[in-house]
Amino acid sequence: MAIVERPTAPLELTTGATTTARPMGGFTRPQSTSGWKSWLTTVDHKRIGVMYGGAAMFFFFIGGVEALFIRLQLAAPEQKLYSADLYNQLFTMHGVTMIFLVVIPLGACFMNYLMPLQIGARDVAFPRLNAFSFWCFLGGGLMLNTSWFLGGGANGGWFAYAPNTGVAFSPGHGMDFYAIGLQITGIASLVGAINLVVTVLNMRAPGMTLMKMPVFTWMGFVTQLLLVFAMPVISVALFLLTFDRLFDANFFKVSQGADPLLWEHLFWIFGHPEVYILILPAFGVVSEIIPVFSRKPIFGYPFMVFSGIAIGFMGWGVWAHHMFASGLGPLSVAAFSMSTMFIAVPTGVKILNWLATMWGGKLRFTTPMLFAIGLVAMFTIGGLSGVTHAVAPADTQQTDTYYIVAHFHYVIFGGALMGFIGGLYFWWPKVFGWLLSDKMGKWHFWTLLVGFNLTFGPMHILGLQGMPRRMHTYAKGYGFDFWNMVATIGAFVIAVSMTIFAANVLLSWRKHRRHPVAVGPDPWDARSLEWMTASPVPAHNYDEVPTVSHLDEFWTRKYGEDATGKVVRLHTSEEVAQKGDATDVHLPSPSYWPLVAALALPIVGYGMIFNLGLAAVGGVLLVAAIYGWAYEPADDPEAHHAHLVHGNGESGDGHGDGDTGDGDGAGSGPEPAAVGAPSGSGESEEEGSSDD
Amino acid sequence: MTDTAVTPAELSQDPAQHPKGVPSHATSTGISNEKLAMWVFLGSDCLLFGGLISTYLLLRHRTVAGPTPKEVFDIPFTSVSSFVLLFSSLTMALAVAAIHRGDIRRCRTFLVTTALLGGTFIAGQVYEFTTFVKEDHLGYTTNIFGSAFYTLTGFHGVHVSVGIIMLLSLFVMSIRGRLGPEKAETVEILGLYWHFVDIVWILIFTIVYLIP
Amino acid sequence: MSVGTEPEHKGAPLEAHHQTHEHRHPSDKEYFVVFGVLGVLTAIEVSTYYFHDLSTGVLVAWLFPLMILKFGIVCAFFMHLRYDNPLFRRIFVFGLVLAVIVYCVALTAMEFWASGYGNPIGP
Repeated sequence: MAIVERPTAPLELTTGATTTARPMGGFTRPQSTSGWKSWLTTVDHKRIGVMYGGAAMFFFFIGGVEALFIRLQLAAPEQKLYSADLYNQLFTMHGVTMIFLVVIPLGACFMNYLMPLQIGARDVAFPRLNAFSFWCFLGGGLMLNTSWFLGGGANGGWFAYAPNTGVAFSPGHGMDFYAIGLQITGIASLVGAINLVVTVLNMRAPGMTLMKMPVFTWMGFVTQLLLVFAMPVISVALFLLTFDRLFDANFFKVSQGADPLLWEHLFWIFGHPEVYILILPAFGVVSEIIPVFSRKPIFGYPFMVFSGIAIGFMGWGVWAHHMFASGLGPLSVAAFSMSTMFIAVPTGVKILNWLATMWGGKLRFTTPMLFAIGLVAMFTIGGLSGVTHAVAPADTQQTDTYYIVAHFHYVIFGGALMGFIGGLYFWWPKVFGWLLSDKMGKWHFWTLLVGFNLTFGPMHILGLQGMPRRMHTYAKGYGFDFWNMVATIGAFVIAVSMTIFAANVLLSWRKHRRHPVAVGPDPWDARSLEWMTASPVPAHNYDEVPTVSHLDEFWTRKYGEDATGKVVRLHTSEEVAQKGDATDVHLPSPSYWPLVAALALPIVGYGMIFNLGLAAVGGVLLVAAIYGWAYEPADDPEAHHAHLVHGNGESGDGHGDGDTGDGDGAGSGPEPAAVGAPSGSGESEEEGSSDD
Repeated sequence: MTDTAVTPAELSQDPAQHPKGVPSHATSTGISNEKLAMWVFLGSDCLLFGGLISTYLLLRHRTVAGPTPKEVFDIPFTSVSSFVLLFSSLTMALAVAAIHRGDIRRCRTFLVTTALLGGTFIAGQVYEFTTFVKEDHLGYTTNIFGSAFYTLTGFHGVHVSVGIIMLLSLFVMSIRGRLGPEKAETVEILGLYWHFVDIVWILIFTIVYLIP
Repeated sequence: MSVGTEPEHKGAPLEAHHQTHEHRHPSDKEYFVVFGVLGVLTAIEVSTYYFHDLSTGVLVAWLFPLMILKFGIVCAFFMHLRYDNPLFRRIFVFGLVLAVIVYCVALTAMEFWASGYGNPIGP
């Protein structure tokens, strides 16, 4: 347990020992809890979640601009706005950015913010590792994007098939940035995933059994498990590619006997679970939104949970359907074809459960609800076109055409992103304490829905007409002209739509500043625990950790049944919800070291590409940061008297003795090498080996 | 799904259950976060080494030129190295057992012994690689076997080296009196990591060396 | 993912659980015995080296069971999986089995087991 409520005076240990000794040298922990600096050192899962969201929206802007450039080039036949090479960079960076730097981190944003709240925890199991994950992701993402200024972006497609991405066919540093940048974001995902898995298993509030966890937390948990086991696979692939490109190894050199299918297998063994990593959190989001705005509990909760788990398992057995055109052989193709059709079943279960939840409910078509319904509809279309890929003979025709492009945009944009945007509208008041305008939100939704379908709907037709993806232009007379123009218009409608969203955020914020209206803890009459604390959520989450006895705990505290079985309100939200004004809760202290350690990784990355000396500097910085981290005092004794809500021994982060209930972590002396040792080992190994 | 959640409050209500200095785990599952995290990490690392071993298996016989596995391996030498690493697992287990009994001195001795044995293993690997390069002319870039072999064993070697650094850190802490019985679990977690590195070598020794 | 389904957990006081697992760690003597077994197994493994004309099939049949046995012994005793909370075992075994299955399927899909795979020019 990272954080233990201590009603008594913080400084006194039961042993009588004082805590003023500052062990292991002069390390202190940062103090500030406000101002921009505090964001750099924060270990609060909520702030980290917000930063994930902000960074993802920043990258969404970049990836969106790249998409607009692509659509401009394709608006009319035989255009030559940019060279074929620049076009390759545009679509590669668009794909990489949208998948690894937008959708995954948006999922991480929601999971970081909500999972601890929904299980009634004060923070994640390892708050500093959580901060490290975020900075690592941000550093890797920024590094990847600096390739635009350092010789050009990656140009081998987002799945980077080797040997096409070897030095021979992709000279320049673009693919180096791809391999190393993704390696760093991969470390971020892996560390974050281990953290959240432990959090869900270990940090649940009293009474919060696994089968009382909200569906979002369940989907997040499955997602994190997928990340835990899928990230090492992409790590292997990226290491091999890096070594091939930078150190002249032979893994993908066919002249040396390499098997070109190796990369494809490694990539898609990761890549297919990755698809579910993208979509499952969004499934979780709509599973929270739909019950609230239908005023009904989620239909078939166990089926929702187990279909999510089933997707998590089966997601490991379908990867080769991405490779039907690569000459796998009839047996493999038949087997993966079958498994791919089977995985449609648990997904279908989810769709039906959402529909059944809405059936007969008192529907309120608020903006979040519209986006949730949008996900259900758009994802169903994408899922149906996906089933057509499972049929191998059809897939052979569809591979590398715009039909595929249409399919995965329907599931990732129409599915995952729609759900996440709905989630933003839904939880915005909880996070910031003010509502986004519902009117503008509806404009946002409808323009997005129209723009989205204008853009990607025609791609089905283009693909079936035979238009290959990734061609930087096309000739007149193939019948591609009209639908391409429609798609380009649609892309700009999406841009307008997202501008409406930005305006909504800005205007709603200004309105809130001029006329602050308290939204209260529970603006939507919602069901799960996070609505039971104040909005915005105080740093300590809950004044008193709630004891859970029901699924939809908050709802059951508000509502009951009368003699006739009719649902009646027993209490108002304000009566049930906590005030969020507790002052005696101990929180983990902020820390510089996650930021420093994460900063070291891109330095190592740049060093590997440009100058091994720089890599050594980065390596030294990393080691120093890990030691600083490990020996950081559990707490700053000076802080105790100054603040009422302040840091406590961050026991969950480093060692197991802060939770003893007797000796506070503050008195237990230095952080041992425990943190730097076992927890840090994952990073340092991977980093160390890339130094080799 | 059963109820495994236990409140911190419940646990702390009865301080007698928690003798001082013995870490208790007020977590939903009753196990500590750190140990759980280490096991999740090790489960994850299975897929890392699985990928590397598979890559090696696929590629080792596909060389078009240069030395082959049979030509370079020195089984007696590597057997000794393997034995050294296996022995280090014993000393690590003894170190964990010692600190669980509160015997810091003995724990310290075994920690440094483990580190030294690990160092011996790494030295053997360095010697082996040097021999391969100098006498057998098998460099990293010579052929596809070379690339796959050095990458796989190199990753393992880095894991061992990281383990040695952590062992020495704990050793230094124990000299400075910072490694009390309350840190038993820290040693145990490091032990888990160390044994994992050992079992990976058990796989590599058989799959890479003994079955050419 | 079947976390929490373990019947031993049901309603069991965690303290008791904690205490017992502390006590059930093997003694030093047991560790030495385990190490002796591992050493003997390794010696048997290495002995194959001195039979020069063993086919790969025979080697695999001889060495793989030994390897799996050694692997299991280290996990069970040195890593305490035999005594510790079953959750650890489940997580680790999940990763291990997943890795074995997934990579074996991948190798199969690449026709690794087919004779003549090693020839880069083609079978």
